[in-house]
Amino acid sequence: MNNENIIEVENLVKKFGDFTANDNLCFEVRKSEIFGFLGANGAGKTTAIKILCGLLFPTSGKVMVAGYDVYKERNKIRKNIGYMSQGFSLYEDLTVKENIEFYAGIYGLKRTEIKTRFDDLVSKLGIEELKDKFVSDLPLGWKQKIAFSVAIFHKPQIVFLDEPTSGVDPITRRQFWDLIYEAVESGITVFVTTHYLDEAEYCDRVCIMAEGRIDAIGSPDELKSKYKSENMDEVFVKIARGTNKMNNK
Amino acid sequence: MKRFSGFLVKEFLHILRDRRTMLILFLIPIFQILIFGYVVKNEVKDAKIGIIDLSHDNVTEEITARLDAAVDFRVVREYQTYEEAEAGFRANEIKAVVVFADNFANDMGKYRKADVQILLDASDPNLANLINSYISVILNKYSAEVNKTGNSVIVSTEPRMWFNENLHSAYMFVPGTMALILMLITALMSSISIAREKETGTMEILLVSPLRPIQIILGKLTPYAVLSIVNVVSILVIGNVVFGVPVHGSWVLLLLVSFLFILLALSLGLLVSTLVKTQQTAMFISILGLMLPTMLLSGFIFPIENMPVILQYLSYIVPAKYFLIIIKSIMLKGLGLSYVINEVLILFGITLGLIALSVYKFKVRLE
Repeated sequence: MNNENIIEVENLVKKFGDFTANDNLCFEVRKSEIFGFLGANGAGKTTAIKILCGLLFPTSGKVMVAGYDVYKERNKIRKNIGYMSQGFSLYEDLTVKENIEFYAGIYGLKRTEIKTRFDDLVSKLGIEELKDKFVSDLPLGWKQKIAFSVAIFHKPQIVFLDEPTSGVDPITRRQFWDLIYEAVESGITVFVTTHYLDEAEYCDRVCIMAEGRIDAIGSPDELKSKYKSENMDEVFVKIARGTNKMNNK
Repeated sequence: MKRFSGFLVKEFLHILRDRRTMLILFLIPIFQILIFGYVVKNEVKDAKIGIIDLSHDNVTEEITARLDAAVDFRVVREYQTYEEAEAGFRANEIKAVVVFADNFANDMGKYRKADVQILLDASDPNLANLINSYISVILNKYSAEVNKTGNSVIVSTEPRMWFNENLHSAYMFVPGTMALILMLITALMSSISIAREKETGTMEILLVSPLRPIQIILGKLTPYAVLSIVNVVSILVIGNVVFGVPVHGSWVLLLLVSFLFILLALSLGLLVSTLVKTQQTAMFISILGLMLPTMLLSGFIFPIENMPVILQYLSYIVPAKYFLIIIKSIMLKGLGLSYVINEVLILFGITLGLIALSVYKFKVRLE
C-alpha cells in the first residue's frame, strides 16, 4: 500500500439482489486531503461510505481503509475512523457534555483525557453556555457542529461525513467547513458526501457518481478544465448529459 | 469494561429522563396489580339474592337466615311469584333467587328429600357459576347437619378448593400480572429502546465504533433486566401485603425462575428490534405478538382447558404459560424445583434459542 493513500478501493461492487448500488468503483484517498463524493440521491454514495466504515460488506472488490482490509480487519478499522451520519446522531435526551463523554467513553478514552479535550472543545467552539443543555434544545447548526466534533473527538485518522450539511443554511454550512479545514490541518483525512455542488469547490479532490458508477474523478480545477466549465455545477451538468447520451445510444 | 459502564450510564439516563418510560416502568405495574386486585374480581362478596318461599316453614326460614348471614350474600327481597323475581333480575336488584318448593319441611321429614331451585342471572356466567357453587355449599352444609341428627346417611359431595380454599382471585392474578408486566417492561421497552437508536441513526454510530455487537446488546438490555427484578419483588410484596398471596415455596427459586423469564422476554425484545426499523412497529409487534398472547393464551385469564383445540396447541408456544405453571407451583403449592423441572427446561430452551437467533440476526446487519 502506498503510504500516501489512506483509502484504496479497487473494483468495488455492491449488489442488493438484482440492484447494483456500487458498480466497479476504483479510487483512492490521500492522507490529509478532503475527498468529496458527489452525486444525486440514490447514486450510491451512502452505500459506498457504509462499506468503507464497515457497516456493509462489499459483494466483491478490494477495499483497504487506514491500511486494513474491510473483510477481515473491521475491528482495527473502527478504532481509526470517525463517522457522522445524515441525521447528526446525537442523543437528544442527553446534554452536549453527556453525549461527548459517552462517545469518548466507547472509544476507550481515559477520563482525564476526555476532560482536557472537552475543555479545549468548549473554548474552541465557545459553547460554555450550551454544554449542559439538552441536545434537543439546540439549533440545527449547533447540533451539526457538535456531531462533527464528536466524530473527531477520539482523533481518528479518517472521518466519514455522510451529507453533513443537508438541511442547514449557507452561513452555517460555511462555518461547518471551517471546522472541517481545521480537522484537516490537524492531520485528519476527511471523506465527505454531498449533493451541494458549491461544496465540491471546498474539496481537494472530488469523485462524481451517478447510477452506482464513478463518472469523473480529480481536483475541482482539473475537472473544470477537462469539461471546459466555469464551476462544478456546469461540470456536473455536462457529465450528466454525457451519461444520458450513452444511455440513449 | 469501562466502555461498557459508560454505556450503562447512558441507558439509565435515557430511562430516567423519559417520563413516559418511567411511567410504564414503575407506575403501570403498581396500578395494574391494584386494578386487577380491586376491580377484576372473580369472587362473590355481598351478592344480592332473592327468595321465593312457597312453603314458609321452620326449615326454609332457617336456610334463608343462613344465606343472609353468609358474608357472600345478602337476601334483599322475598318474591311471591316467578314473574316478580324475573322483574327483580331485570331491574338488577338481585343476582340469584333461591326457590323453596311447597311443603319443604314435610317433604324433608317424609322423603328425606326436598327441592330447592336456584335461579341465576347468567348474563355474567362466571359470577353465576360462583354464586351457584357458594349457595350449594351452604345448602349441603345444612343438609349434612340435618342428616347427623336424623339417623339416615345420605352421601353428599363436598368439593373443596385446595391451594386456594376461598377461591381468592388474587391467587390467580398476581402470578398472571407478573408475567404480563415482565413481558411489557422487558420485551416491549427494550425493543422500543433499540428501535429508537435505529430510528435516530445513533445505532449506526455505535456499530461504527469499536464496541462489539454483544456489548451493545448487553448495554441496551442490562438496565431493563435490573428494573424488572425490582418489579418482580415489588409485585410479590404488594401481592403478599395487600392481597395476601403467599409464597409457600423458596423465594430464591422464585426469583431465579423470574430472572429466567426476564432473560426470555429480553431476547424476544431483541428479536423484535432486529425485525423492525421504527419504534412504532416495535411497539405494535410487541403488544400484538407478545402481550396479547401472554394475557389470553397463557391461562392467566381464561383456562387453557376450555379453549378450542387449536388455541390449546398455540398455547404451547406461549412462554408465559410455563412461567405461570412454575410460579403458581412455587408460590401456592410450595413445590421445589424437581416438580417443575420440565417447565423450567422448556423456558431455558426457548431462551437459549431466542438469544442465539436474535444475536445472529443482530450481527447480520452486514448484508
